[in-house]
Amino acid sequence: MEYFIQQLINGLTLGSIYGLVAIGYTMVYGIIGMINFAHGDIFMLGGFAALIIFLILTSFFAGIPVALLLLVMLVVGMLMTGLWNWTIERVAYRPLRGSFRLAPLITAIGMSIVLSNFIQVTQGPRNKPIPQLVSDTYHFGAITISLKQIIIVLLTVVLLAAFWYIVNKTPLGRAQRATEQDRKMAALLGVDVDRTISITFIMGAALAAVAGTMYLMYYGVASFNDGFIPGVKAFTAAVLGGIGSLPGAVLGGLLIGLIESLWSAYFTIAYKDVATFAILAFVLIFKPTGILGRPEVEKV
Amino acid sequence: MTPQVDTQTNTMTSTMTGDTILKVEHLSMKFGGLMAINDFSFEARRGEITALIGPNGAGKTTVFNCITGFYKPTMGMVTLIQRDGVSHLLERLRDFEITKIAKVARTFQNIRLFSGLTVLENLLVAQHNALMKASGYTILGLLGLPAYKNASKAAIEKARYWLEKAELIDRADDPAGDLPYGAQRRLEIARAMCTGPELLCLDEPAAGLNPRESAALNTLLHSIRDEGVSILLIEHDMSVVMEISDHVVVLEYGQKISDGTPDEVKNDPKVIAAYLGVEDDEVEEVIAEELDGGAN
Amino acid sequence: MTNSPETGTPGLMAKAVKEGIFAGLLALGMFILFVGIETYQDISNALVWRTRWGLLAIFVAVAAIGRFLVVGFIKPHIDRRKLAKAKSGVLEISEEKGFFRQHFLKIALVGLVLYPVAAVMLAGTQGSLKYVDNFGIQILIYVMLAWGLNIVVGLAGLLDLGYVAFYAVGAYSYALLSEHFGLSFWILLPLAGILSAMWGIILGFPVLRLRGDYLAIVTLAFGEIIRLVLINWTDVTKGTFGISGIPKASVFGIWSFDVGAANNFTKAFGLPMSSAYYKIFLFYVILALCLLTAYVTIRLRRMPIGRAWEALREDEIACRSLGINTVTTKLTAFAIGAMFGGFAGSFFATRQGFVSPESFVFLESAVILAIVVLGGMGSLTGIAIAAVVMVGGTELLREMSFLKLVFGPDFTPELYRMLLFGLAMIIVMLFKPRGFVGSREPTAFLKERKAIAGSFTKEGHG
Repeated sequence: MEYFIQQLINGLTLGSIYGLVAIGYTMVYGIIGMINFAHGDIFMLGGFAALIIFLILTSFFAGIPVALLLLVMLVVGMLMTGLWNWTIERVAYRPLRGSFRLAPLITAIGMSIVLSNFIQVTQGPRNKPIPQLVSDTYHFGAITISLKQIIIVLLTVVLLAAFWYIVNKTPLGRAQRATEQDRKMAALLGVDVDRTISITFIMGAALAAVAGTMYLMYYGVASFNDGFIPGVKAFTAAVLGGIGSLPGAVLGGLLIGLIESLWSAYFTIAYKDVATFAILAFVLIFKPTGILGRPEVEKV
Repeated sequence: MTPQVDTQTNTMTSTMTGDTILKVEHLSMKFGGLMAINDFSFEARRGEITALIGPNGAGKTTVFNCITGFYKPTMGMVTLIQRDGVSHLLERLRDFEITKIAKVARTFQNIRLFSGLTVLENLLVAQHNALMKASGYTILGLLGLPAYKNASKAAIEKARYWLEKAELIDRADDPAGDLPYGAQRRLEIARAMCTGPELLCLDEPAAGLNPRESAALNTLLHSIRDEGVSILLIEHDMSVVMEISDHVVVLEYGQKISDGTPDEVKNDPKVIAAYLGVEDDEVEEVIAEELDGGAN
Repeated sequence: MTNSPETGTPGLMAKAVKEGIFAGLLALGMFILFVGIETYQDISNALVWRTRWGLLAIFVAVAAIGRFLVVGFIKPHIDRRKLAKAKSGVLEISEEKGFFRQHFLKIALVGLVLYPVAAVMLAGTQGSLKYVDNFGIQILIYVMLAWGLNIVVGLAGLLDLGYVAFYAVGAYSYALLSEHFGLSFWILLPLAGILSAMWGIILGFPVLRLRGDYLAIVTLAFGEIIRLVLINWTDVTKGTFGISGIPKASVFGIWSFDVGAANNFTKAFGLPMSSAYYKIFLFYVILALCLLTAYVTIRLRRMPIGRAWEALREDEIACRSLGINTVTTKLTAFAIGAMFGGFAGSFFATRQGFVSPESFVFLESAVILAIVVLGGMGSLTGIAIAAVVMVGGTELLREMSFLKLVFGPDFTPELYRMLLFGLAMIIVMLFKPRGFVGSREPTAFLKERKAIAGSFTKEGHG
């Protein structure tokens, strides 16, 4: 039982990270209907920004408090990825908006290749290990909870609450929802659609940066191709939950985190990704629009 | 495979025109808690143009979708009786089988053409099943056997025939998406005819047409009927319906309120009430006024 | 008249300067951490950093000056040309085609057949290896894969992000069956195709209800599942070590390319020992396979099944209303596309003599899909051009050793291969969203065959 709870906690932590990345996929999909394949690499970029800031700060201020260090890493990472995603949207996606549906998908895949190779070229192909940031652990019987895990889950909850507030209660959120429903109509009613879409990209990138920083803190290592696997898993999470649905993205992320850690714990670690993808296929076969996705009505 | 219903009566009358081609019995369709169609029954006769009319939201398109298999009705039976006397229970067939086996073709309220294919190709796609057989399910055709070549020529001739009828022959090699609206409507009907149907179902064929296009449509529909193909059409514009149909069924709030010749329906007080939008208890008044008017 | 765009107005210059500065600042923000700082591990393996301000300055300057030039000069120039064209009233459609364009396919075919001969004559037997193998065979494999995927994505409009799975099935079918049963390439080639087609049906069947992006993610998932199984099922596939020593193909069993064999090709013809002959033989094999793919695709497009695929891409509901069984139509598209992937896979295995899961990653699927879309969905010529440009272009980069003179001896152009590939994907899409050949050839005509502009064709929703 304790073993099960322990795995549950591990899964929850991992799932929080996937969920944060999945929100970026789902929001962009909701608002402009494209799979932003480069989002996983934005997550990786966030991790690298945090890593570089960590190196700079620790070399100048040796005794800097961990909380402050983490805070600066998060903020700089968010700014950095926000800037990148904003530019990417402007340069690679906006000119193709309203054209052929596959064109932005291809530029997004191209962008994903560019981003990971850019980091490989500028920062080198080797894994980048950093020392442990927070190492405290708490024991409850046989269950161990690390401070890292608590930080990740808490931060996710806080961010989700803030995010939920923005989307549901602010004029910006209203503009986002309007653009999602009907872009042309929203523009006619005075919503600045371009700006709304840009902000959506920035928001998604900021969450990905948080996830990237948490990932770095949790595993203590960053690599240029870190974007792909977590990216695909987060995308899987978004689809599993029902792409376009915010609670769905979080639910999907948590589910995938849980599947992964429970499968590794009780079956074989080798096939954990197979299990994840197989469950995705299985769910979609029975619920073609995901768990919380709106059923697609076939208008005849 | 095919359910044989009522074969006895059918074989007796099958060769005559005027027998039943489509029988809808106790049809009900529920969406969630909403009863879109409630115990609706009617018959369409062979060789006639039957119109299904009613105000917006009366459930006409839903009835259509039940007949053509895009919805599965909650309750009821839809029977199609072919010329050779074979009957099909449409609600038991899959959507594409309704066209393939039961020979019911349809058009859509929002035109659904293959806009990137040429006008001719649109009509060839419609002959898919016939050509598929002729090509030996692709395998023989891939080897270049003459049987497929001949069938392919015949298919183009059939398409040419319908293009001429629909006055589209000059645009045969243009993309379907490039045609003006009225021509697209006619192309959709021609395409449906290329499947070789016995019953053609048209969903608001006259919507959005200008008077000249409307007239061209009427000619096309009459020539289709003269070929012995029965037509079932939806329309909410009364004037179009009265001009071309032989038999009118009126639907309101998912229920049949009138059924008869255009003239009978036109003078049915319930229909008038439905179209003028008066309350149920006012119907009596309307009838009284009608009578008064008639007296004067 | 005072502010005509002909004379570089001060307003325009001010705008260009402003935009240039903005672009420079943006680049500074974006690159300050990733370019301005370099992280590396020191002797004690600890991660440390140093600055690269010079490189950062170059990045910022390129962005700022580039933007300045685009806004100030290039864009006005393009606008002027467009305006002049519009004024003169000349439409860009030219009906006349030059001799080269008219006979493009024939010329290309003759060129391909003569290519290895020319390579041998120009570079010598041993020197031709590079041109025949790295360029010729490599590009033709991608042409074949892209043509195969084109049936699924370009014709039937089903977005498949896991096409590489069928490539893998073909490759491993050949590797395993030849290892365990000793069957020859020419028996296993069709068998691998059939096995891949079966996998196409098995994977296709459950996902047929899915539409658009849901289909995309599930195909991606299936592609990953196949790869992960190849990695983890070590008893059969030897995992990441891969299977090596895969037998070479023979000339239909008559001549062999195995060094010790009595019927060795080079011995039989009294040629000097060289692996170049095997590569030239393989070149013709893959060329023949490509031609087969093209022939089948062209024939199928004119058959009811091919028309049904294209109709499916345009409007699935209308298809059903015309009595077309969309389930079998989709499955045949999946199966036939997969079959060609399987052919290409078994060819790949015999060419490499070695297969491992490394060759079948998602990136391969993405590259193949990119070639299909960049070429222009549905157009065989466009796709072939895209394969030559994208694959040939990146292969060319390996050859550019002269760049070492420019960037110093540490410069390895290969490192930039995928970076440039990605950039090329983006740039081509931005300028040609419909691909190199955006128009569509009709499959039948009454009076004349007119190409259909890309704006009419749809890209499918499932």
